[in-house]
Amino acid sequence: MAWQWFHRLGSPRWFYQKTSAWMPWLALASLLLIGAGSIWGLGFAPEDAKQGNSYRIIYIHVPAAFLALAGYYIMAISGAIGLIWKMKLSFVVMRAAAPIGAVLTFIALFTGAVWGKPTWGTYWVWDARITSMLILLFLYIGVIALSRAFSREQVADKACALLALVGTVNIPIIYKSVDWWFTLHQPATIKFTEKSSIDPSMFYPLLTMVIGFYCLYAWTLIAHTREKILQREWRTSWVQQLMGGESATESKAG
Amino acid sequence: MSSLEQPVLDYTPRARNVAGFVALLRSELLLALRRSADIANPLLFFVTVLALLPLGVGPEPDLLARLAPGMIWVVALLATLLSQESLFRGDFEDGSLEQLALAPQPLYFAVLAKVSVHWLVTGLPLALLSPLLGMMLNLPSGGYLSLFLSLLLGTASLSLIGAVGAALTVGLRRAGLLLALIVMPLYVPVLIFGTGAVQAAVDGYAYGPQLAILAALLAGGTALAPLAAAGAIRISLDN
Amino acid sequence: MQFQFDSLAAFLHMDGHGTFVWAAYGVTFLTLTALALQPRLQRRRLKRELERQQRIEARRRSVETRRTREAEPA
Repeated sequence: MAWQWFHRLGSPRWFYQKTSAWMPWLALASLLLIGAGSIWGLGFAPEDAKQGNSYRIIYIHVPAAFLALAGYYIMAISGAIGLIWKMKLSFVVMRAAAPIGAVLTFIALFTGAVWGKPTWGTYWVWDARITSMLILLFLYIGVIALSRAFSREQVADKACALLALVGTVNIPIIYKSVDWWFTLHQPATIKFTEKSSIDPSMFYPLLTMVIGFYCLYAWTLIAHTREKILQREWRTSWVQQLMGGESATESKAG
Repeated sequence: MSSLEQPVLDYTPRARNVAGFVALLRSELLLALRRSADIANPLLFFVTVLALLPLGVGPEPDLLARLAPGMIWVVALLATLLSQESLFRGDFEDGSLEQLALAPQPLYFAVLAKVSVHWLVTGLPLALLSPLLGMMLNLPSGGYLSLFLSLLLGTASLSLIGAVGAALTVGLRRAGLLLALIVMPLYVPVLIFGTGAVQAAVDGYAYGPQLAILAALLAGGTALAPLAAAGAIRISLDN
Repeated sequence: MQFQFDSLAAFLHMDGHGTFVWAAYGVTFLTLTALALQPRLQRRRLKRELERQQRIEARRRSVETRRTREAEPA
């Protein structure tokens, strides 16, 4: 009995119909949280003593960076579930997660670069975290490029899942090695702000933004998954009914 | 079991795997040695690109000495990568890859044999040639042994990682750039610790730890990469 | 908790860091919006494609019925 929901979850149709009800709520929650968090962070959170107002970029940079990394694991885990249990839906989620993760990684890199200019005086530094982020972007691009190379979707699904899993095994090694590489080459001229405990007046807006970004990620992932489901299942009667409501009744009348 | 495999049947399964591995290793090596152009090309690429470096940055010995460890490593990485596209290609096209996948022996050993041969004809010559390139690029005398040893260990890991990418893209018509795209990010740790070992040796520090990490990466890669590559071959054969 | 800036101009300027902060927020929200709208565009394309297919199907069917009708008298 406990496995019933699991098998149901494997059905793209069930997923599509079930998520229809959640979507507006997720959209509302993410809009409210991100809207409130942005206004809070931009206007009401106090100025940083060292960095001035430029630190306000943290409210989008940190959530984007969190989700960029979490997104890779979400992609790899859904790929693994697809490979192990041969679940169609899981592959669709994996394929949807790849471009979303790449965009979030890009946002994290971009906001980091823009933040770096007033803080360190330069847009790009080969800092350990920035370099790891860049490699993460390359990993995402690899999965996306591989997924587009195959003509058959089923083969592309499995190949991407395998590549994502190989990447997952490598991510900790890459992060550690880049970290080590950076301590070796750290230039003395650039001072990084040391880790300090963040004041609650700055932390709560950040927390709001992180939760908001998680909601937005969930919404976007489900929306992309739903769309891919329709594209893949367009031959089935339920999709035809859903998409061509008018034309279907027309042909019946005629 | 067909009658062709009669002599092998006497062995235990484990011995049979080893026997299959050795047989495949020998035949692959023989095939590779017959196509001597395939062995020469990565080496020529290695030498040519590194000869272009002084033309690009200027002949100052100090500058070349500073760039030498990183450049030799990056070009060795590219030479390995470029030779890897054809790793499974021929066997895929003439159907013998499918035979290997259907064989009673695990595909793991077949992949390991092919990767070993690839390393023997690419990585090993690259490592042997590297002191010469080091000399041309004015590498300080302390760096030669570490360059050779790090390339010896590192190119084996590169061959193993690249095999996963080669197996994933074997069914695709134009795999070259795609292979580079999906495999390059995975090469990062090997490159970092490889150049790290040479740099440490040049600066007069101990480079044992870096070599130990390279050896650890190789051990991990030997255990896992052929598994992933075998899975990828089965996926590619479905295409 | 109070608004940290004296005027709207000061809010936009942010002591000289305004360009960076607003550029970061602007690009982020633009890309996120594009990402959110992508499924909608894809659905429109799919719908058009399905309608086209149905039209082709209908035309083929009408041609077939005409042919059978023409064939009947003979």
